[in-house]
Amino acid sequence: MKEIVLTPKELPKLPIHAEIIKPDAFAGKTIKEIGELKVQIGNKQTDLSEIFSVNGETSEDPSDLRIVIDGDVSRVKRIGEEMKTGEILIKGNAGMFTGARMSGGTLIVEGNADAWFCQEMKGGEAIVKGNAANYVGSSYRGEWTGMKGGKITIEGNAKSDVGEYMSSGTIIVKGDVEYFAGIHMRGGTIIIEGNALGRVGSEMDKGTILVKGEIKNPLPGYKYEGAVKDPEVGGIVHKGEYHKFIADISNPKAKGEIYALADKNNHLLPK
Amino acid sequence: MKNELLIKNGIVIDPLNNIMGEKMDIAIKDGKIVEEVSKNAKVIDASGKLVVPGGVDSHSHVAGSKVNVGRIMRPEDGRKMRESKTDVLRSQGGFSVPTTITTGYRYAKMGYTTVMEAAMPPLKARHTQEEIRDTPILDEAAFTVMGNNWFVMEYLKEKDYDKCAAYAAWLLKVTRGYAIKLVNPGGVEAWGFGKNVNSLDDPVPNFEITPREIIEGLTKVNEVLRLPHSVHVHCNRLGQPGCATITLETFKVPKDVKLNTVSDREHIFYVTHVQFNAFGGTGWRDFESGAKELADYVNQNKYMVIDTGCVTYDNTTTMTGDGPAEFNIQRLAGYKWVNGDVEVECGSGIVPFVFMPKNPVHSVQWAIGLELALLVDDPWRVIITTDHPNGGPFIRYPRVYAWLMSKKYREEWLKKSHPWATERSSLATIEREYTLEEIIINTRAATAKILGLNRIKGHLGIGADADVAIYDVNPEEFDFSNSPREVENIFSNALYTIKGGEIIVKEKQIVNVIQGSTFWLNPKVDKELEEEVLKEVKEKFKAYYTINFNNYAVDLAYLKNHREIPIVTGVA
Repeated sequence: MKEIVLTPKELPKLPIHAEIIKPDAFAGKTIKEIGELKVQIGNKQTDLSEIFSVNGETSEDPSDLRIVIDGDVSRVKRIGEEMKTGEILIKGNAGMFTGARMSGGTLIVEGNADAWFCQEMKGGEAIVKGNAANYVGSSYRGEWTGMKGGKITIEGNAKSDVGEYMSSGTIIVKGDVEYFAGIHMRGGTIIIEGNALGRVGSEMDKGTILVKGEIKNPLPGYKYEGAVKDPEVGGIVHKGEYHKFIADISNPKAKGEIYALADKNNHLLPK
Repeated sequence: MKNELLIKNGIVIDPLNNIMGEKMDIAIKDGKIVEEVSKNAKVIDASGKLVVPGGVDSHSHVAGSKVNVGRIMRPEDGRKMRESKTDVLRSQGGFSVPTTITTGYRYAKMGYTTVMEAAMPPLKARHTQEEIRDTPILDEAAFTVMGNNWFVMEYLKEKDYDKCAAYAAWLLKVTRGYAIKLVNPGGVEAWGFGKNVNSLDDPVPNFEITPREIIEGLTKVNEVLRLPHSVHVHCNRLGQPGCATITLETFKVPKDVKLNTVSDREHIFYVTHVQFNAFGGTGWRDFESGAKELADYVNQNKYMVIDTGCVTYDNTTTMTGDGPAEFNIQRLAGYKWVNGDVEVECGSGIVPFVFMPKNPVHSVQWAIGLELALLVDDPWRVIITTDHPNGGPFIRYPRVYAWLMSKKYREEWLKKSHPWATERSSLATIEREYTLEEIIINTRAATAKILGLNRIKGHLGIGADADVAIYDVNPEEFDFSNSPREVENIFSNALYTIKGGEIIVKEKQIVNVIQGSTFWLNPKVDKELEEEVLKEVKEKFKAYYTINFNNYAVDLAYLKNHREIPIVTGVA
């Protein structure tokens, strides 16, 4: 695999919109041509090479191309937006909308990811080794369809609204989440290995959420279905005994499933 | 010699002056069409190109509080079709609810120069006029909503048409409106109590007046005031299966009202977006088109005109003053919903909506819109609209033209549509194809005449406003019936748009942005009667309104280059 390394120079104070940082846009261009691609800073456009020093080897084939961002780009938005193939590795923190609408390829963030990570994702795989902010794999503001496919893994914690309006695909959070994981969910799978601050599965109609930690502030819209041993969720058998709930019955037709580890969630049972 | 322009050798279609495809020159001076210009005039060579009057849209929701609420509730719509600013243009965005700026640009790009905002609640008039002022290029006017107004209903109940006329005249004047609009007459008031009216003879709660009396009364009032446009009516029971029955009854209501107007219009009744009111059947299971009967009635009765409200299969936004209808749509489709109540006067509702070819009901709705346009024989009396943005955004007009001009294209889309479109409407059996002349009549001449603007708009005779569209097509050679995609392309991108003598679009690009004007009416009624009515209005204002009477009228400073149309009415 060919590799292009972007090293951030001194970044301006205004946020930068750099949706052109993706293998699909870099493939078939020389290093010089890549440096001449435009990024938006405020209401002005500038060359990519003003922001990053560009080195490495290019490829005609985007699927054979890895882009490595060697530094912190937390003020650079929309890296990897609509990427279809290839690989992006961000060695620092990533800015907002990283991987939005991506439909293929691999995206790895070694630091933390800002809000709207992999918004409206359609396919491919994304991994955050640090923490993620709000709205991981969510919809666009106002839209009623969110993540439609692919897999997101957050190795640290995530904040609120994970998988908002999600309809397919998988999100795994290895740490804790805050509020409203799986809000308006229509399908797909969310696995939370840590604790959830609360309101998991609010207004969900379909799909599955599995929580291995404690759900601290549950919703009144959970209907208890009984205990389940070793449930299979997202193609993996999760060892142990889980409480199963149907949610969110504020919509009487809802068929969402929530599994919560029995040991830590006995407070959710109907009295 | 300032601002002279000569459009040379174009093939001109100007139906109001009986010019149907003649090669001729059009001379423009100081914003008007003139006999001739000096040698210094700027020349546009239009050899082998189609030259027509600028488009006139008689029904579109482009400005005002509900359009703006639509924008606010649909950020996901606002991100579509975004364009950055250029040296000439400001930044643009939005598909079904574009920004005001975008609206002006896109209409101009299609060769349209005059657009009517179809519903302005009186209390929201200031907002509407501000948005109209914010819309570049276009000449505009707004229709004042009166069909559920408490004062109107009280006067009509007493059958005091003169007082009602004096009130309507005052309301048009203070809201700077252009026509009287009725939206689900009686039903929106009933909606304030969670109800609707289901027949023309259902009494409105607390007013004991029926929709029939409101419709007939306001039609009379319109003619008493001699307004340039007729009443503009959105019927009851919109969007309910079987509503074609009540629509047909509504058509018959004003049959005996006598035409009396300052303009050249020949009709007394304009029924809008009839597609949404032409549903047959008794429920969604036996849902079918009810267009045939309605079109037959329009064919036989010259006193009325309709517009179609075509569905274009898009992810669009429905917005209307008809609160209960929007509630029904929300229940059916489950999309997000906004309901608005305008105290004393009317209401509104907004719901996003995705019309899908494979949905049986949507496919029949699509067919109904086209059926109406094709089954009414006289292109002067059926207007092509999409009821922007309810049936689809106005940028889809060229596609509707293509459907109407090409049976082949309709068949192609029938195949994409659910079988119901074929089985439950007559669309598949209709052979008629619109000619280019009919399309031009429909989108320019007829709309201008119906609106009472035909002396200045919709034609290219001497003295008309110099609003001209030039399209990149030679009508003598081009086969409109067999090239529907090109038709869409041609009418989506005017080669030139000239507005008030200024070149706005040149070689399909906007090169210049100007401010259009706003038309408004100033009907003069008998002074004593007006004072008497205003005394009553002021008293009730204190009781009913949350706004002070003195803050109600919209100052002319809110209007862009306002053009007042003064009318001396027939009130005794």
